[in-house]
Amino acid sequence: MSVSETRHIAIPARRPRVPRWITGTLEVIALPILILGAWSISAAVAPNNRFPSLWEIGEAFVDTWFGPNFFIDVLPSLGRLSAGIIIAVVVGIALGLLVGSVQWLRSLLEPVFEFFRAVPPPMLVPLLALALGISDQAKVLVIVAGAVWPVLLNTVEGVRAVDSLQRETARAYQLSGARRVVSITLPSASPQIMAGVRQSLSIALILMVISEMTASSSGIGYQILVFQTNYQYAEMWSGVVLLGLIGVVLAIIFQLVERRVLGWYYGLKGAERA
Amino acid sequence: MRSGSGMLSRVLLGIAGVLGFLLIWQLAAAVGWINAKYVPPPTEVFASLGSQLLDLQYWRAIGNTLTTWSIGLGISIALAVVLGTVIGLVPFLRRYTRSTIEFLRPIPSVAIIPIAIMSFGPNREASLVIVVFATFWQVFIQVLYGVADVDPVARDTQRSFGIGPFQRLPHLVLPTALPYLITGIRLGATVALILTVTGELIIGVPGIGRLLTQRATAGDYAGVYAMVITAGALALIINLIIRVIERRALAWHQSVRGEVVL
Repeated sequence: MSVSETRHIAIPARRPRVPRWITGTLEVIALPILILGAWSISAAVAPNNRFPSLWEIGEAFVDTWFGPNFFIDVLPSLGRLSAGIIIAVVVGIALGLLVGSVQWLRSLLEPVFEFFRAVPPPMLVPLLALALGISDQAKVLVIVAGAVWPVLLNTVEGVRAVDSLQRETARAYQLSGARRVVSITLPSASPQIMAGVRQSLSIALILMVISEMTASSSGIGYQILVFQTNYQYAEMWSGVVLLGLIGVVLAIIFQLVERRVLGWYYGLKGAERA
Repeated sequence: MRSGSGMLSRVLLGIAGVLGFLLIWQLAAAVGWINAKYVPPPTEVFASLGSQLLDLQYWRAIGNTLTTWSIGLGISIALAVVLGTVIGLVPFLRRYTRSTIEFLRPIPSVAIIPIAIMSFGPNREASLVIVVFATFWQVFIQVLYGVADVDPVARDTQRSFGIGPFQRLPHLVLPTALPYLITGIRLGATVALILTVTGELIIGVPGIGRLLTQRATAGDYAGVYAMVITAGALALIINLIIRVIERRALAWHQSVRGEVVL
């Protein structure tokens, strides 16, 4: 009995352990390689012009988006997207601070704002195209009009939930209004605000693409629909990849910013849990 | 008593806010701050909405939108629950799928519209592809977190009582994951409606989005705004219904119980 037990314990110890970094890398790349491999094999075995090989898509990616189109389609799209996001976030936080700190203003405006948030943002695209035409400004405004509400309403909510002890302490120390906002209201509302910004980012990206697909003659969204109707499938797939990459990069940037802005908050939560 | 009068004044202020907004809109159109041709005053918009309420085409559009929405949401929930439970409970799968999930999730679902049209033609199926792609992630991530959130003490207690893995699913995992799942469904319902409308606007699937486009092409701008109000109202009603379901399904749960006691 005791012999068999010893053997039992000895077995895992004798097996050479795979270093952590190898299993770690494997975890990250195994499934993507499997998927891309399956794609390549099916493209080689059963060629189908709707599902071109990875090589063709890669070639189309470079040719399509890094030629003159980079300045005609890609840069303007990204410019409108970032302008829309920045304006939406700034306006949302500023207005949210104001509305959140004045109680009667909050009661007055919240129902109207809630309704605006409820309207599915894509419905705004034809609306604003009617009122403003198909200019760059109209497209930026579409993004702002759809993406501002999560930031705005989350800021209102975050400002409302500021710890009353902190607020009263600040008042007792006679901190000026601006100081109070910068060193108390904004930090304590920032977890809520960032949650709103995250929602706004995905809405902004959706609206950028939709506004280009419906009321436009340029932009990434416009181009991939044109490729689809012209049966240029490798180019179409490369556009899908480009939009996917923009989404991924946006998510990474957001995570970096969030870690900087909310580092203290996650530290606090971790300490509470421990 | 005090909180009662506070509540009353809040509701009154809210109503005042809505009326004030409509009044400013009306004035802006009357005075000419905004082009009344493209942005008709609320009196015209609500008149148009009133006449549409008697129109069968309007209700059929809402029915079509709700059909696409509910099928898309249903498929997403089913997929998310099955995959989320399996992947969430098996550590090996969780580790090996993580990178792929993190990469696929931020891809905007509107990006795959051309693929959807290519595969299914401009039909409801194509619309469902983008609805499911967007909605699935909302529910899936919540299920994944929920399944992983099982209280270690409860798990060890069950294990020491000799309760097998198959009984663990209904008695331990389900109660833990249910609040997460319902949160996911609430988020997913909103996203599904956004993508349903997107499919109607861009692919041309029947529904309120396409009705809006038709009104716009016909130059019926009051009708366009009536459709926007319809869409907002629809989203609010859906949200309200899910909140009620949330309360019912989680009546036993701390988050809901706490609110009731207070």
